[in-house]
Amino acid sequence: MVRVLIAKPGLDGHDVGAKVVCRALIDAGMEVIYTGLRKTPEEIARIASDEDVDVVGLSVLSGAHISLAENVMAEFRKNGIDDVMLIVGGNIPSKDYAALEKIGVAKVFGTSANLDEIAEFIKTNRGNSSR
Amino acid sequence: MSKDNGVKKVFWESGLEIDTVYDRESVEKSGGVGSIGKPGEFPFTRGIHPQMYRKRPWTMRQYSGFGTAAETHERFLYLIANGQTGLNVAFDLPTQCGLDSDDPMATGEVGRVGMAIDTLEDVEEAFADIPLNDITVSLTINGAAVPIMAMYFAMARKRGYDLRELRGTAQNDILKEFIGRGTWIFPVEHSVKLVGDTIEFCAQNAPKYSATSVCGYHIRESGANPAQEMAFALAIAMAYIDHVKARGLSVDDFAGTLSFNFNIHGNIWEQVAKFRAGRRLYAMLLKERHGVANDRAMMMRMIAGGGGGGLTIQQPENNIIRGAYYALISALGGTQTMALCSYDEAYTIPSAHAAKISLRTMQILMDEAGLTDTVDPLAGSFFMETMTNEMEKEMRKIIDRLDAEGGIVKGIETGRIQSMVNRQAYELERRIQSGDFKKVGVNEYIDEEEKTEIEFHPYREQEAKDQIARLKAVREKRDDAKADAATKALRNAAMNGKNVMPFALDAAEVLVTVGEMTKALVDVYGRYNEPVVF
Repeated sequence: MVRVLIAKPGLDGHDVGAKVVCRALIDAGMEVIYTGLRKTPEEIARIASDEDVDVVGLSVLSGAHISLAENVMAEFRKNGIDDVMLIVGGNIPSKDYAALEKIGVAKVFGTSANLDEIAEFIKTNRGNSSR
Repeated sequence: MSKDNGVKKVFWESGLEIDTVYDRESVEKSGGVGSIGKPGEFPFTRGIHPQMYRKRPWTMRQYSGFGTAAETHERFLYLIANGQTGLNVAFDLPTQCGLDSDDPMATGEVGRVGMAIDTLEDVEEAFADIPLNDITVSLTINGAAVPIMAMYFAMARKRGYDLRELRGTAQNDILKEFIGRGTWIFPVEHSVKLVGDTIEFCAQNAPKYSATSVCGYHIRESGANPAQEMAFALAIAMAYIDHVKARGLSVDDFAGTLSFNFNIHGNIWEQVAKFRAGRRLYAMLLKERHGVANDRAMMMRMIAGGGGGGLTIQQPENNIIRGAYYALISALGGTQTMALCSYDEAYTIPSAHAAKISLRTMQILMDEAGLTDTVDPLAGSFFMETMTNEMEKEMRKIIDRLDAEGGIVKGIETGRIQSMVNRQAYELERRIQSGDFKKVGVNEYIDEEEKTEIEFHPYREQEAKDQIARLKAVREKRDDAKADAATKALRNAAMNGKNVMPFALDAAEVLVTVGEMTKALVDVYGRYNEPVVF
């Protein structure tokens, strides 16, 4: 079963979308862990590693998505996490999609992203996980 | 929506089914109009003032703030020059979470979603030369309400204002932060204690200042329907009132320092009925539960505005139209203060241009469309009076259920309320995505070729650096012995269960920072441990 960590980095308290995505992924048959608010990139990497997840989804609505995604990727590298797919959701301006992908984000989902498409993307790209 | 004999069935978000036609009999069956009363009189169904907007039109107070105090001050002046009559202050996330701008957790967030405040000097700069009793200020601060309110009062006092005459509002509703918005700091119990301190302090020292603005708004944004929005807000208000009453204060004396903040998106009639029913139920609950006799203590004063949850990222210009209807709802609902989310707000901090359109929307309503002509214009409508009664019954049901389950504070501590509200948010999102709940431009009338030109508010790293430099300069020039003593006194007050507000004011005056004051309180209370539920 695909294991997904939905994480709220930084100080942003908008968590409706993150929790809605958690529910959608569970309904799509995945195992979902939610971090709760205000997690540092270090904490997110540690939880991802401890929980042995396949996918980490960052939810950011404060505008700080680029630096937060960079820092999470840096923590992944520092901890030798190279088999986890990072996706980002939130109110991300389309002009920033390319910058996020360059950092190593597999896919960006905007505020009105279709829930089934998010689940489909994860399944297609991590659905063959043997775990 | 299903159809019966070709006639569409209609349900409100709150779950009430709507008839095709209402008449005298519908009103009587729902409970009649015996309890609507007169405007300005118990139970205030029709509004809290006898003449309402004929005497005093609603205050216009757009939410604003970004970057440094200096930059925000400029936006304040721009809004005032354009006819805004109050200020609604946005703080950045470090300030809201009680962190100084140089805290490692603040990196990348200083001045981003609101104004950065570290010390009294920043507060002084933000409000310089603004007449505080003419342009009333609302501080959108919750977790860090104690230091920020203390700095605001210290600033007002320094400028010669008598706190007893000072008007204004602090949002300071921590219970809703645990449900939505998320700028909590301390555990639930201690958080309520701090709200109690501010209410007690204001009742005794700043009686015209609104110590807390209980927010249904963010609970609605988190997934609650309109009846729940009002019912949860009333339950939260009752929790604060119970707490302060237990200190030996008379509810008649302090309930007047409470105000409310509600959302305005959704069905027009449902929201107006929500406001009329909520105003009545609040007054009745105060009378039933606390024997309150003082009219002022039973008045639900409110800001009704925003509507962010109703706005869409698609075809953002449509949000201008939505904003106009939301403002109409707010006026028909009898609000004291109005604010609108701007059309670009689903994307970014509003541009000056977008903020001006919101302001003009409210001004057109006030000066061209006749919304200030007469008090509670929908009163006596078969439909409106029936649904006001029905909404009141629905709200009472929700409050009774909450009480039976151990109260709202317990429901928040266990995460049960958060989970319930989020389930509804999920169900609504599914209905929107399936097209069952219609949103123009989102699930119908989609514009495939759509190209929107939104001007993004720039985030300037330099301003964060400037703010940190400014904080360092204040730390260097202040009298450290005095700052340390004041911080220690604040910590001791918390330790000994005293009201911390007078000590926070002393600390603000000797330039103790938001982060230092918060840390002193965390030393005593600890931090909130979030139940991770969804």
